[in-house]
Amino acid sequence: MRVNFTVNGRQQEADDVWEGESLLYVLRERMGLPGSKNACEQGECGSCTVRLDGVPVCSCLVAAGQVEGREVVTVEGLADFARQRAEHGGCATGACGTTLDQAKRWEARPSDSQTGEGSALSPIQQAFIDAGAVQCGFCTPGLLVAADELLERNAEPSDADIREALSGNLCRCTGYEKILDAVRLAAARQEEAV
Amino acid sequence: MATIGTPTNISQGSRTKGGIGESTLRPDGILKVTGEFAYSSDMWHEDMLWGHTLRSTVAHAEIKSIDVSEALATSGVYAVLTYDDLPTEVKNYGLEIQDTPVLAHGKVRHHGEPVALVAADHPETARRAAAKIKIEYVELPVITDEASATAPDAILVHEGRDDHHIGHVPHPNIVHRQPIVRGNADEAAERADVIVKGEYTFGMQDQAFLGPESGLAVPSEDGGVELYVATQWLHSDLRQIAPVLGLPEEKIRMTLSGVGGAFGGREDLSMQIHACLLALRTGKPVKIVYNRFESFFGHVHRHPAKLYYEHGATKDGKLTHMKCRIVLDGGAYASASPAVVGNASSLSVGPYVVDDVDIEAIALYSNNPPCGAMRGFGAVQACFAYEAQMDKLAAKLGMDPVEFRRLNAMEQGSIMPTGQPVDSPAPVAELLRRVKARPLPPEQQWLSAGQEADVRALPGGLSNTTHGEGVVRGVGYAVGIKNVGFSEGFDDYSTARVRMEVVGGEPVATVHTAMAEVGQGGVTVHAQIARTELGVAQVTIQPADTQVGSAGSTSASRQTYVTGGAVKHTCENVREKVLEIGRRKFGSYHPAWATAELLLEGGKVVTDGGEVLADLVDVLEGESVDVELEWRHRPTEAFDLRTGQGNGHVQYSFAAHRAVVEVDTELGLVKVIELAVAQDVGKALNPLSVVGQIQGGTTQGLGVAVMEEIIVDPKTAKVRNPSFTDYLIPTILDTPTIPVDVLELADDHAPYGLRGIGEAPTLSSTPAVLAAIRNATGLELNRTPVRPEHLTGT
Repeated sequence: MRVNFTVNGRQQEADDVWEGESLLYVLRERMGLPGSKNACEQGECGSCTVRLDGVPVCSCLVAAGQVEGREVVTVEGLADFARQRAEHGGCATGACGTTLDQAKRWEARPSDSQTGEGSALSPIQQAFIDAGAVQCGFCTPGLLVAADELLERNAEPSDADIREALSGNLCRCTGYEKILDAVRLAAARQEEAV
Repeated sequence: MATIGTPTNISQGSRTKGGIGESTLRPDGILKVTGEFAYSSDMWHEDMLWGHTLRSTVAHAEIKSIDVSEALATSGVYAVLTYDDLPTEVKNYGLEIQDTPVLAHGKVRHHGEPVALVAADHPETARRAAAKIKIEYVELPVITDEASATAPDAILVHEGRDDHHIGHVPHPNIVHRQPIVRGNADEAAERADVIVKGEYTFGMQDQAFLGPESGLAVPSEDGGVELYVATQWLHSDLRQIAPVLGLPEEKIRMTLSGVGGAFGGREDLSMQIHACLLALRTGKPVKIVYNRFESFFGHVHRHPAKLYYEHGATKDGKLTHMKCRIVLDGGAYASASPAVVGNASSLSVGPYVVDDVDIEAIALYSNNPPCGAMRGFGAVQACFAYEAQMDKLAAKLGMDPVEFRRLNAMEQGSIMPTGQPVDSPAPVAELLRRVKARPLPPEQQWLSAGQEADVRALPGGLSNTTHGEGVVRGVGYAVGIKNVGFSEGFDDYSTARVRMEVVGGEPVATVHTAMAEVGQGGVTVHAQIARTELGVAQVTIQPADTQVGSAGSTSASRQTYVTGGAVKHTCENVREKVLEIGRRKFGSYHPAWATAELLLEGGKVVTDGGEVLADLVDVLEGESVDVELEWRHRPTEAFDLRTGQGNGHVQYSFAAHRAVVEVDTELGLVKVIELAVAQDVGKALNPLSVVGQIQGGTTQGLGVAVMEEIIVDPKTAKVRNPSFTDYLIPTILDTPTIPVDVLELADDHAPYGLRGIGEAPTLSSTPAVLAAIRNATGLELNRTPVRPEHLTGT
């Protein structure tokens, strides 16, 4: 089958998709976007977390056909997504999430796909690097998407809020302490910037 | 506003910006946070096929027949391979003993053993074709424990084994045995005022790295193959792959692709030979990516163990003797079992002084899943048992458990049970003092003034199973000792190639090693070492591959020591060559070139008094320096096979933990509130990475304390829980605050005085949590992981 959907602000068309293929497989193997990771393909580890019309989902559990006509944001588009949210006012306080309209207003800008250079990192991406929250990095893309969504709806999360929001994302390297540090750091920088 | 960062106690400072001692950031950080970093499962090649492995559905059976015809006839399938298709007479591989079949022949010896391979144009096509392969098994009785392995009529897991260990074991179903006898434990026992005995069970833990086994094999025009793969030791893989493929090593070009964690689970081969065989057969690039289910069958696990301990002590709290017997289950193939036995026995006393010991450790062959390397490597199981024993002794003597440990703690100059003196700092008592001195977290944290209980802070968490009723708190301590580097006479070397030249008007150093970066941060540290030694800001780390000499394994807490040592050593040689060029070009301009101690700092040649003699750009203009050298740590020697005596280890690493837990005694649910750790790292080359490693290791120890275990059915030897639904690893909700206290007591024998750090925090974390749960509940708890039924008696 053919699937038409938007990935990181660009219209995409995937042909010859087998009906059993997951969104994760289509992103990784057909779209050339391997940032979403394939760690359990069972919805248990969160490594493949993307946003589907603004909502964080495990892309391994979403059938490709389900995304027809919808908007997907992956870690590759996270920096632009965060930047455009900031420019459009976004949702600074309270739990509001991203509306479908907001998601559709967003478009990716070109960047160097090999190095990430040319596009500034989102606050949460920079905070993960600065806080030492990246080790092997395999869990990082999913955690970034989930943490960015948390900060979008809750600009000042407590530690318990962070733990609750990230409890669907497994990490085997860090012991999570530096991931907590990173989310706190991104939240603090966000507060300073306002 | 929450605080940022965990308070740590690490000195800062280095002469060169971005050099050792600074928390420089990872060079691969940007790629990893943007999703651009290429892990082994991300490899892609035009015209690529997907490989799939068919695995046995039974644990022990004769293979009567394999019929691949239907699979081969499936549209989209390019090749189906079985044992009969292997190209040479070499059909087995192995780290120490070549007993592991590339594909099963005649027999399968464990559930999930690879039997056949398929290459197809879509992964689902390959999977479905594999399901059409017909295998006729005749099942055999399974060997699952010591009794069934050593029974007089036991079927041999490996008939006719001919390795060098066979002469030293009492039964062919025992892979290796290491006794250690020192002093006279029986005589010493007579001096004991109290004696405690214990039997302990340690469950089978899995490395559960997030990135599954995967890689891409590309056939090359010269009949060889290029392999891009996630591994811990490229050259060890190469040594095992080449004979099976029947190719000279130079025709197999291996490149490390992004590794999503390892923890010992990538020391053994998984899909490497399989992908190469399929690529060479089809003439096309072949990618294999395990899913999580297959990953649980695709790598070895931590040895489950039974440990039998006896300790004695005088009434004033001094240990008199120790006797122990450690039975490790190695599963169907040897993997690293012999070395794990060596570690378990030689570290079985822990960081304590006991002159009279009687020790025996063995590893079994069984039909359980193969076990091998995992973070802590034999020392973890022993630490769980000896720390429980320390608490039992302290309780029996009416002493404080920390004070009892400090009375018996080893220190620099103490003698190991192997007779080896500990010739560098061993701050065991100080580490314990530090974790004990830390203020305890407040009681009943789930309550905040005037508000309802925050269930998220309670055992059971968001499941809302208690509001604090039935919840009790406990505190427990533990400390451990781990060897660093490969022991028992292993030639444990590493190789580094360093180039220095002017690029774009800047002096630049390039470092090339075959070190596997598995997330630990070696690439960060190598750049820091080069900056420190060569005084340049720009350092490029080249991808690890087999075009440079071996770096040894990224395991045994050894890479910063050994490959870091190789980078340092090679940089020192490069520096001398750069200074020679400088003397040749500019020596006549200043007498200091001939007389002073010269350094490279800030892109300049300077005297040790700080006088600048030349810019490196001018020295290196028109020239470059390129050096490749091997570097070794001090040699070690094998343990005597009868007495266990010998200077077998090169360095020791120490960590201590204090665990604070809260237990819902009604439902048997545990919440670890805090897991404080103190560790001596000798020298923190990168404090940020050091703390990250310690917290990560601590969390793996927490996991095995309360949730992690591969469950193997004792009747069928089948794995019951090969998924992240059923094999639980700690989430961020299960993991407490982990405050880290880092000591830097230099080991004069090591580069910069550093001490390997990766494994020690995994040791003491588990027994500290168990001690805290015992403290909270009063239960004996001799097995890990602790499950709710152990706490509620149901």
